[in-house]
Amino acid sequence: MNRGVDLRRYFGFFPMTLLCLFILYAPLIIVTVYSLNDSRSITSWEGISLRWYAEIFTGPESEKFRKAAWNSLTIAVMAATTATIIATAAAIGMIRGGSFRGKSASFALISLPIMVPEIVTAVATLIFFSAIGFKLGTLSILVAHIVFCIPFAYMPINARLQGIDASYEEAAHDLYASRWQIFWHVMMPIMSPGIISGFLLAFIISLDDFIITNFVKGAGVETLPTAIFGSVKQGIKPNIMALSTLLLLLSILLVTASYFVGQRREKPVPTNQKPETEA
Amino acid sequence: MAANIGTGRAVSSTFAPLRIWLLLPGWLSIGFFLLIPVLLMLVYSFLTKEFRGGVIWEPTLAAYDQFFFDRGLFGDDPRRIEWKYISIFWRSIWQAGGATLLCLIIGFPTAFFIATRPDRTKVIWLLLVTVPYWVNLLIRTVSMKFLIRDNGPMNDFLQYIGLINEPLQLINTNIAVQIGLFYSYLPFMVLPIFAAVERYNFTLSEAASDLYADKWTILRRIVIPVVSPGIFAGCILVFVPSLGAFLAPDLLGGAKSFMIGSLIEEQFKGNIGNWPFGAASSMILLSLVLVALFFYARAQSQGERA
Amino acid sequence: MSETAIQLESVRKDFGDFTALSEVSFEISDNEFFTLLGPSGCGKTTLLRLIAGFLNTTGGTIRLFGEEIEALPPNKRPINTVFQNYALFPHMTVRDNIGFGLSMLGWSRSDVATRVDEMVSMVKLDQFAERRPSQLSGGQQQRVALARAMAPKPKVLLLDEPLSALDLKLRQEMRLELKRLQNETGITFIFVTHDQEEALSMSDRIAVMSAGKVQQIGSAVDIYEFPENRFVAGFIGETNLIEAEVIDASADALTCQLVNGAVLTARSLHEITKGQKGWVSIRPERMTLSKTKPKGNSLSGTLTGATYLGTDNQYAVGLTDDLSLNVRHQNRTSVGAAMTTGEPVHISIADNAARFLVD
Ligand SMILES: Nc1ncnc2c1ncn2[C@@H]1O[C@H](COP(=O)(O)OP(=O)(O)OP(=O)(O)O)[C@@H](O)[C@H]1O
Ligand SMILES: [Mg+2]
Repeated sequence: MNRGVDLRRYFGFFPMTLLCLFILYAPLIIVTVYSLNDSRSITSWEGISLRWYAEIFTGPESEKFRKAAWNSLTIAVMAATTATIIATAAAIGMIRGGSFRGKSASFALISLPIMVPEIVTAVATLIFFSAIGFKLGTLSILVAHIVFCIPFAYMPINARLQGIDASYEEAAHDLYASRWQIFWHVMMPIMSPGIISGFLLAFIISLDDFIITNFVKGAGVETLPTAIFGSVKQGIKPNIMALSTLLLLLSILLVTASYFVGQRREKPVPTNQKPETEA
Repeated sequence: MAANIGTGRAVSSTFAPLRIWLLLPGWLSIGFFLLIPVLLMLVYSFLTKEFRGGVIWEPTLAAYDQFFFDRGLFGDDPRRIEWKYISIFWRSIWQAGGATLLCLIIGFPTAFFIATRPDRTKVIWLLLVTVPYWVNLLIRTVSMKFLIRDNGPMNDFLQYIGLINEPLQLINTNIAVQIGLFYSYLPFMVLPIFAAVERYNFTLSEAASDLYADKWTILRRIVIPVVSPGIFAGCILVFVPSLGAFLAPDLLGGAKSFMIGSLIEEQFKGNIGNWPFGAASSMILLSLVLVALFFYARAQSQGERA
Repeated sequence: MSETAIQLESVRKDFGDFTALSEVSFEISDNEFFTLLGPSGCGKTTLLRLIAGFLNTTGGTIRLFGEEIEALPPNKRPINTVFQNYALFPHMTVRDNIGFGLSMLGWSRSDVATRVDEMVSMVKLDQFAERRPSQLSGGQQQRVALARAMAPKPKVLLLDEPLSALDLKLRQEMRLELKRLQNETGITFIFVTHDQEEALSMSDRIAVMSAGKVQQIGSAVDIYEFPENRFVAGFIGETNLIEAEVIDASADALTCQLVNGAVLTARSLHEITKGQKGWVSIRPERMTLSKTKPKGNSLSGTLTGATYLGTDNQYAVGLTDDLSLNVRHQNRTSVGAAMTTGEPVHISIADNAARFLVD
């Protein structure tokens, strides 16, 4: 029998995929396993315990980590929220703004933070803050994160909006809805999966950021990545592995969330969105 | 004319009159906090350095001069090319290129494999590849360091199964940095290639097969050229961040594999800092990236004409 | 009689538990223009893909000039395909597309160039040879696909609805063009279509398919004039089907009694015995209306409707309350003008026009 006709199958591609996944997951799994190691040394295995998890919350460095975690979380929430609002407005302006002069320039400007290497953004921001005398601290980190997160929030929102027919808005307009009502009752519900994905992506990016934060954080202010980096510089300790594992779990939680949002996105755009009408 | 009815929509959208106000927050925040800073950085690269960080507002070419030329310890020797910084840049390009190649070699088959799965399982494979991207980059890099360090689990395992006698000394080598970069940005390679292969019309493969081409010839002559926009996109998405990467070279490479990111970072830390020099190095890095993006845009537009 | 190019022997194809083709057997001789005609989903493409080698048969054998080809992958079969949407390689010029098969066969560069030149002028694309497919019109792309598939001089050319993406005018031109190319090259064509006019006008023989089975194979005249069964009679052109029973099979023609009691004579392709139940099929254009009772085969009823169709007038004639026939008159006479609905009319049936079908 001639079994070689499946042109979608190539010999060796499946093992390659498994290799790829192995490389991606091996380090994460190893760290998770070793975070449960009872030993004080990272090289020998002395049975399972949760002592390093306890250490994060009660150990000598716990105060530092708690502060850093609080900073990371508040900055990420605020940066992602602001970036998502700005990105949503921009996406509506770009997609529903018709064709206008400077459209591609606008697009280039919005995607600038992704095009410029992160370290260059970090340098430029530091120079700018110092030139205008902006005090480095939590606020400077927040501002830098907002700017950096905008394109990441923009992309999924833009993609979503592009897939929505403008006739929904026109229908609502025709039915006497004001712009604000159209936005609130028609566009928001349809766009929401894109907005949620955009927010989550921005949130993760902010939480993830090391380089820019490291440049603009000023003395004494730490976020989780900078705190971890500081500790790791002196060698990988078991409590860092426990902390990493916790962050890893948080990330997986967020992916799962965004996956389900994505599932919602697959469904056809609901056609029964009824705007409230008024006489 | 009747044709206007159809085309009117895009122009006369409900929100078109508001577009300035909708776009303004984005323009202002990025323009004010990134575009102007980058321009200011360009200005800084032409200023004189202040010893404890910062600058003196006196125009000079000293930063670029220091980058490209060696004038001896006291600055009065005849001008010679300074290889120190150029070679750091060269190594960065080389390392980023190596990581890109590594990502391509593993990422292409992976992306192709996933894109040809039935719809049900496709999502799961895709999720598996993207999950690590959501994990903090620092944590991933630290994990990699933990795994491949001299007496780490990987060496233990390889010694245990008898594949090697001495531990592999990977940490603080170029290879470790490439592995780290590869690990950092692999999903960026897989996703665009996946999207391109998913759009690829397999009737083309059938047509080639019908015209006497064997499978690997089809891959080389038809599939790869047709999905090449995705491949270019993947390469640029891996190459650009690799070029300016800081974490992988800093944590996995030693002094011998110093890269641009570390060089720039050093200029803004502590007393050895030199802001104009850091700004100049950043400008040079930015120019390299722009060159890469330019070639990318050209390749894409040529692909579009095809 | 020329050689047999393709021979199918009880070919069967299952997709899971769905049977897409069963008991497909026929022979196609060399140089023949053979058409597969059938409604959407009847398995035409599947059959072509089996012959091309993109699918494996579930059962039966396919022979090419006497040799079994089941074990050969598509790239080892001297058969080429013109794909429905052409499947032109978007990154190659017209020349490179046409030369692709030749270079895969290991032809030298100069031989390829010569052959490509030949093909390019054969399909009249000389000015467009250096263009990419995206810079060509639909009809031009179609020609490239044709030239590409014919360049390696395949023994059999498979064409899967190659004209369906073209507009009517171009389609008619391309029909003549295809016919010309087939005559010039002498390649065996297996042509798939669901357009009956295309099938009737181009083919040497037509295989009418339905639900994974071949219903009838024959020339255009055969399948239109002498349909095997109700499906063929109804799928090719229009027809009137009336339930009937054979009451006398002794003469040359069968005497049939219709459900409404009327009696007429009909012919059949097969030996029929008295008492056989079945259907009588009569094409609308083989009947004529008149006010007076004609001689020979005829029926009578009431004119219930008349529709003006430009070239034709179409009449509905009620035989009983729930049995009505369609009759067509070409618009060159003005018989219709004199008729008004509600009037009693007689239908005269042309010789041989009534066919008795068993199923
Ligand atoms: N790969 C497959 N898996 C399952 N069923 C299939 C597959 N390919 C075809 N079929 C089924 O086989 C039947 C015949 O399909 P085929 O494509 O041969 O029809 P066709 O006659 O070419 O129709 P059309 O005129 O619409 O092109 C259809 O019912 C189709 O759903
Ligand atoms: Mg078909």
